[in-house]
Amino acid sequence: MRPGIRDRSGLVAALCLALFGAYVTYVGSNLAYVSDVGPGPGFFPFWIGAGLLFFACYQAIQSMSAPRRQNQSAQPSWRGSGRALAGWLAMALSIFLFGWIGFAASFVLLTIFFIVVIEGRPILPALGIGVALTVIFHVLFVITLGVSLPAGPWGF
Amino acid sequence: MDALGNLLLGFSVALAPVNLFWCFVGVVLGTIVGVLPGLGPAATIAMLLPLTLKMDHTTAIITLAGIFYGARYGGSTTSILLNMPGESSSVATCLDGYQMARQGRAGAALGISAIASFIAGTVGVLGLMLIAPPLARFALRFAPPEYFALMVLGLAMVVFLAGDSMVKALLALLVGLWLATIGTDLFSAESRFTFGQAKLLGGVDFIAATVGIFAIGEVLVNLQSRAGGEIVKLPRGIRNLLPTLQDLKDCRFAFVNGSLIGFFVGALPGAGATVASFLSYGLEKAVSRHPEKFGTGVIEGVAAPEGANNADAGGALVPLLTLGIPGGNTTAILLGGLILWGYKPGPLLIQEHPQLFWGLVASMYVGNVLLLVLNLPLVTLFAQILRLPSHVLHPFIVGISVVGVYSVNNSLFDVWLMALFGLLGYLMRKLDFPAAALILGLVLGDVMERALRQSLMMSQGDLAIFVNRPISATLLAIAAVLLCLPALRWVRAWRSEAVAGEG
Repeated sequence: MRPGIRDRSGLVAALCLALFGAYVTYVGSNLAYVSDVGPGPGFFPFWIGAGLLFFACYQAIQSMSAPRRQNQSAQPSWRGSGRALAGWLAMALSIFLFGWIGFAASFVLLTIFFIVVIEGRPILPALGIGVALTVIFHVLFVITLGVSLPAGPWGF
Repeated sequence: MDALGNLLLGFSVALAPVNLFWCFVGVVLGTIVGVLPGLGPAATIAMLLPLTLKMDHTTAIITLAGIFYGARYGGSTTSILLNMPGESSSVATCLDGYQMARQGRAGAALGISAIASFIAGTVGVLGLMLIAPPLARFALRFAPPEYFALMVLGLAMVVFLAGDSMVKALLALLVGLWLATIGTDLFSAESRFTFGQAKLLGGVDFIAATVGIFAIGEVLVNLQSRAGGEIVKLPRGIRNLLPTLQDLKDCRFAFVNGSLIGFFVGALPGAGATVASFLSYGLEKAVSRHPEKFGTGVIEGVAAPEGANNADAGGALVPLLTLGIPGGNTTAILLGGLILWGYKPGPLLIQEHPQLFWGLVASMYVGNVLLLVLNLPLVTLFAQILRLPSHVLHPFIVGISVVGVYSVNNSLFDVWLMALFGLLGYLMRKLDFPAAALILGLVLGDVMERALRQSLMMSQGDLAIFVNRPISATLLAIAAVLLCLPALRWVRAWRSEAVAGEG
């Protein structure tokens, strides 16, 4: 059996969580562990961080050395993650634009990006779908339920 | 007989045309509010409270209570169809409900959710009618040590959410517990992990976290593959869209489990329907003959938590009406309403205002029937949402998530949080970390920490307080047994392998 890292992604995740656990423990230890009336604000974070560090190290060791069992998850495939990440970045940009051009316009742009760029479909139907969904949200939330959404310079 | 006579009085009140009408309005509004993420029953009841000053008080409480338990029915719809919990108590429904939808059984999931809600809601009303005063007295015995033990028991449910890796589940749970510490410490007013952001002083918004992790995370996973078309294939024909007789038979225990756990946990002020739904889900998985299938689209995994979160509504009214103690935000507003109308909720409410109490109880029976009649036909309509092609459904889900989260506090910061949690949810799916464990930690962490610190204050730091009190000791013992289950299974598997090896 060839030795080596059985679950590279799991190892990276475990190491990140271990670092995170160390950070939480550090911050927790800088807060008061006990106070005059009982456990202080640092009590819970300290033990949460310690737990994270312990289990993350255990997970890291498992990822490196445990024999593959039948019920162990297969290596995750990262193919297609580019599309998912692009979708997320588009969503983040859209949220940023809410404050500048309003919900309606940025949501239409986001819909066009999802449909044209990620799904590879024509632009005109994408525009139609974006506008239709925006109108539905406007009628349902803004007019019917009185929820106010970020508006652009054109008032919606 | 006394209870029966009072119930007949209640029905005479509840079936009056005006009360029937407003009960219908309340349950429909509640269902709509439950479907839409971010719009909770608490905010809706608060908005409508001034309008009820012009109504007859019994009619008013019937309407507002209708919104309260109607929202529990509605919360399951988006959980099942879009993996987006409409209410915090519907998070557990996502685990199997959405998987059922992906297998073309959205109708069966929605249908069993409505049926389980009806049965559990009826049990909750029966409980409210028959055992409210003694149950309320028992609930008063729950002090911080008992609440801490109950939260530990809730966290022990992580054993049933773990999937293949217990360690990954514990890591997710700890991250959830950490998220619950973000904000201002209640006891010392110190800020923790706010990273200089004033918006985090109040903590992480629960809706932003759950919608992000479940709904946005799911959209990102679906964007990976360019399959297109419908996300799931829906069977044709109405008969194929509803639960079968076999489904109903399979859920027999789930109906009982959800009803009892939901009602009893609901009667504990502050425990919350979310705890009840996770406890019920965990118990259902523990007694199932095929626990390994939970999380892959098992109908009992929908029936149990949905039953629990509806029975919880009946249970939550127990301390409110008998002791004047609200169990959560929504019941706190109902309490405000009762006081505004001139009532004194407490031990004498039932004797002094029998029309109000029994009218409300009877209207809850009526409301449950109305909700079942409304929701079952709507199953086929709601399930059509899944016929939308993926390139329409994805932006629809993102749009409704954004609007729902924004509407909670009118805050773009919450929307940003939702996006970050969406990325986290995507990564957790890729790396096989169970998101439900994180949500469990987030929900229970704050109450658990508060209860622990209050308990240690009471005992001046002596941990024996948790074992000296019988209720607390019992709950902790059950939690300890649950947490040892994976180790027992590992030992049994190792022994089987050793015996097989010798053979």
